[in-house]
Amino acid sequence: MRAVVTVTGKDRTGIIAKVSAFLAEKGANIEDISQTVLGEYFAMIMIAEISGVKQELSSLAKECAELGKQIGMSIYMQHEDIFNAMHNV
Amino acid sequence: MFTKFDVLETIEMVEKEHLDIRTITMGLSLFSCIRDTAEETALKVYDLVTKKAENIVKTAENLSGEYGIPIVNKRVSVTPVSLLCAAFPEKAPLIGKALDDAAETLGIDFLGGYTALTHKATADYERKFIQTIPEVLASTKRLCSSVNVGSTKSGINMEAVKMMGEIFKEAAFLTKDADGIGAAKLVAFCNAVEDNPFMAGAFHGVGEADVVVNVGVSGPGVVKRALEKIPEADLTETAEMIKRTAFKITRAGQLVAREAAKRLNAQFGIVDLSLAPTPAMGDSVAQILEEIGVSTVGGHGTTAALAMLNDAVKKGGVMASSRVGGLSGAFIPVSEDIGMIKAAESGEINLDKLEAMTCVCSVGLDMIAIPGDTPATTISAIIADEAAIGMINQKTTAVRIIPAPGKKVGDSVNFGGLLGRAPILPVHGTDSSRLINRGGNIPAPIHSFKN
Repeated sequence: MRAVVTVTGKDRTGIIAKVSAFLAEKGANIEDISQTVLGEYFAMIMIAEISGVKQELSSLAKECAELGKQIGMSIYMQHEDIFNAMHNV
Repeated sequence: MFTKFDVLETIEMVEKEHLDIRTITMGLSLFSCIRDTAEETALKVYDLVTKKAENIVKTAENLSGEYGIPIVNKRVSVTPVSLLCAAFPEKAPLIGKALDDAAETLGIDFLGGYTALTHKATADYERKFIQTIPEVLASTKRLCSSVNVGSTKSGINMEAVKMMGEIFKEAAFLTKDADGIGAAKLVAFCNAVEDNPFMAGAFHGVGEADVVVNVGVSGPGVVKRALEKIPEADLTETAEMIKRTAFKITRAGQLVAREAAKRLNAQFGIVDLSLAPTPAMGDSVAQILEEIGVSTVGGHGTTAALAMLNDAVKKGGVMASSRVGGLSGAFIPVSEDIGMIKAAESGEINLDKLEAMTCVCSVGLDMIAIPGDTPATTISAIIADEAAIGMINQKTTAVRIIPAPGKKVGDSVNFGGLLGRAPILPVHGTDSSRLINRGGNIPAPIHSFKN
């Protein structure tokens, strides 16, 4: 099972380090990562394999959102199926 | 595979444009609950509903967390209660109470199905059942009621139409301390559908499976935002944009519906493609029509814009879902749509224009507050007009109208939450009682004889 982690907000140092450390600790394996910086605005999208994660995706997503609040970013973790459904025929 | 722009687009839809799944509604057949007495039946009803729908709230919350899309309402619809109580219709309120208690136990906001099907004629047990509706709506919180008074196949049952005028008045009167909210939980239908997930008109049809999950999607804000990006487009292009946006919204609904059905051990029923507004800013169907180019909803051109919107939503949605049903169209409830509320307050929209709009969209005259002293026969005549539109056009139409006790034009009602607020709209002062008191049936139209 794969999840998409999206981090957006004002660019600052150490965002990738903090988010990937958090995911590693949870047992998620980052398969792909892409980021864009537009002026001060930062957007990073990670694809994470989460089959090895012990907890439910909905509670992990909640923790991601909380981590986002701590570091002043907006973080979403969503099952990849939602994007496959909405953006592929 | 999706791109990073797709990911960011979805997140923007949720964060800024109110994309959500409006409702997951579990349809439950209650026929197996019928016992010799109303008391025993009520016990069985409570047990079945609380057992079968036990996990609906938790499942919806989990799905919402996993997919990152809010699921606003969790609801249940049941077999028309009048059919469960045919042997003891006067005691139907016991079943109503059991259903309301079950809804409270489950933590859902509404439960629909305190319903009678009288589209051809009113059986004696239906007549007695309908008389219980106002009291039941006044003494329960979450229960919703509906009555089907006509269909394209059977014509319009004018006895039921007459009765419903009185029932709306009484339902409002018995809840006069809350602006007549009883009437806001009541719908008179023509061509009622059996798999509607939206309230107040949801019930679980007799032709349905034991346990079904139906999902209603939404997203007026997403459609409006998409149209804002192409302000110079012609209407062909505008329709195409609405279609593409409806496709994306519906795909989210389809995914949630299938997964919810699987986890709740239910059959996947349908996805209802309706654009359902809420009183929140930016979540308005009226504002889509204004974005298309009508300066104020209700003005000339509104019906044309709405016809296009309604059709384009269906075309995009049908492609996106394996099973489409319910009401599927754009809703135009006055009190639940910030654009409609503004137009009603400024006098730009009135009952006559709203009636015209219901010819080209789902569903009908919805959440409209009228003066409390409106005669019952006038309300019946409004219902008859709307039922005629449904009957002739082979579509569902409905009336959910609130004759607000003690209120007159210039006043307003406020129900709070999703039901919203509305100014009192004027009705014609002409007398319709002779028409309504004739009784009988308006025969089915010639084009219904298709066999």
